Amino acid sequence: MASPVEQFQVQPIIGGDSAVAFTNASLWMVIAAATATVFLVASMRGRALVPTRMQSLAEIFYDLIANMIRDNVGSGGRKYFPFIFTLFMFVLFCNVLGMIPGSFTVTSHLAVTFSLAAFIFIAVTIIGFATHGLHYLRMFFPHGAPLWTAVILVPVEIVSYLSRPISLSVRLFANMTVGHVLLKVIAGFVPALGIAGLLPFAFLVPLSLLELFIAVLQAYIFTILTCVYLNDALHLH
Amino acid sequence: MPQFDPSMFAPQIVWLALVFVVFYLLMSRVALPRISEVLEARSTQISHDLERARALKAETDQVVAAYEAAVAKARSDASAILAEAGQEISQRASERQADFGRELAQKVDAAETRIAAARDEAKANIREIAVEVAREVAHKLTGTAADAPSAGRAVDGALKDVG
Repeated sequence: MASPVEQFQVQPIIGGDSAVAFTNASLWMVIAAATATVFLVASMRGRALVPTRMQSLAEIFYDLIANMIRDNVGSGGRKYFPFIFTLFMFVLFCNVLGMIPGSFTVTSHLAVTFSLAAFIFIAVTIIGFATHGLHYLRMFFPHGAPLWTAVILVPVEIVSYLSRPISLSVRLFANMTVGHVLLKVIAGFVPALGIAGLLPFAFLVPLSLLELFIAVLQAYIFTILTCVYLNDALHLH
Repeated sequence: MPQFDPSMFAPQIVWLALVFVVFYLLMSRVALPRISEVLEARSTQISHDLERARALKAETDQVVAAYEAAVAKARSDASAILAEAGQEISQRASERQADFGRELAQKVDAAETRIAAARDEAKANIREIAVEVAREVAHKLTGTAADAPSAGRAVDGALKDVG
C-alpha cells in the first residue's frame, strides 16, 4: 500500500533536477489558475443584467471579496482588491482541486504557502512604512500603555508581528496536509478490512465533505487574515 | 515528508511566482473588469429604473392633483350655478306673485266698481218701483190715482228716512 504521504511527492515532469523544473505541483498550479480564469471568464461571457447561475457564482465571489475588503480594510483597500481576489481564487482553487482523488494539493506544501505568506508579509510591511513612515513602528507599542511596559510589550509585539507569515502559512499547509493524510489513512483501511471495510468507507463520505468545507474555509481565512494585516498597515491600531 | 525536501523548494517557488503573476494579470485585466462592468451596469440600471419610477410617480401625483383641482372647481362651479338658478327662480316667482297680486287687485277694483254701479242702478230702480208701488197702493186704497211727481216726492222722503 502507498504511504499516506506519497500524495505530497513533488515529481518533475519537465526539467529534471533543475531549479525551474516543471513538476506536478507546477501543473496543478497552472490547472488551478486556468480553471479559475476559465470559470470566471466563461460565466461572465453573457454579461447578463439578470445573471445565469454560473454568472451569479462569479459575482458572489466578487462580492465576497469586495465586502471582505470593505469591512476589514475600508476604502483604502480598494486598490488591493485585484491582488486579494487573485489570492483568494488561487488558494481556493488549489485547495478544492486538491480534493480530486489522484490530484496534487499545491497548498499542502509549506514552500508554497510560506512563499505566499512571506510575500504578503513583506508587501504589508512596505505598505505600512510607505503610509506612515517611521511612525509605523508605533505598531509595536500600543497607545496609552505606561512607558516602562515597553520593555515587555515591544519584544512581544515584534515576535507576534514576525510570526504572522509563519502562522499564516503553517495554518493553511497543516490543514491541507493533515486532512489529506487522514483521508488517505482511513481509505487505506477500506481494502485492508475486507467486508468490514464498509465502515471506514462510510466514514470517508462525511469526512470528504468536511475536508471540502475546510478547503473553502481555509482559503477564506487565509484571505481575511491578509485583509486584517493590510488594515493594520493602513490604519495603525 | 516530501514537504520538507529542500531540493523541491526552488521549482515550487519559481512556478508559484510565475503562475501567480500570470493569474494576477488575468484576474485584474480580464476577469475582474468584466464582473465589475456587469455589476456597475446593473446598479446603474437599477438606479435609473428607480429614478424613472420616481419621475413617473411625480407625474402621476401631478395628474391626480390636477384632476382633483378640476373636480373641486367643477363642484364649486356647479354650486354657484345652482345658487344663481335658485335666486333667479325665486326672483321670477316673486315677480309673478307681484303681477298676480296687481292683477287681482285690478279685478277686485273692477268688480267693486261694477258692484257699486249695480247697487246704484238697483237703488234707482227701487225708487221707480217704489213710486209705481206707491201710486198703485194709493189707487187701490183711495181710488184716486196719485200723480207721479207727488208719489216721487213721498218715496224720496221715505227713502231718505231709510238712508
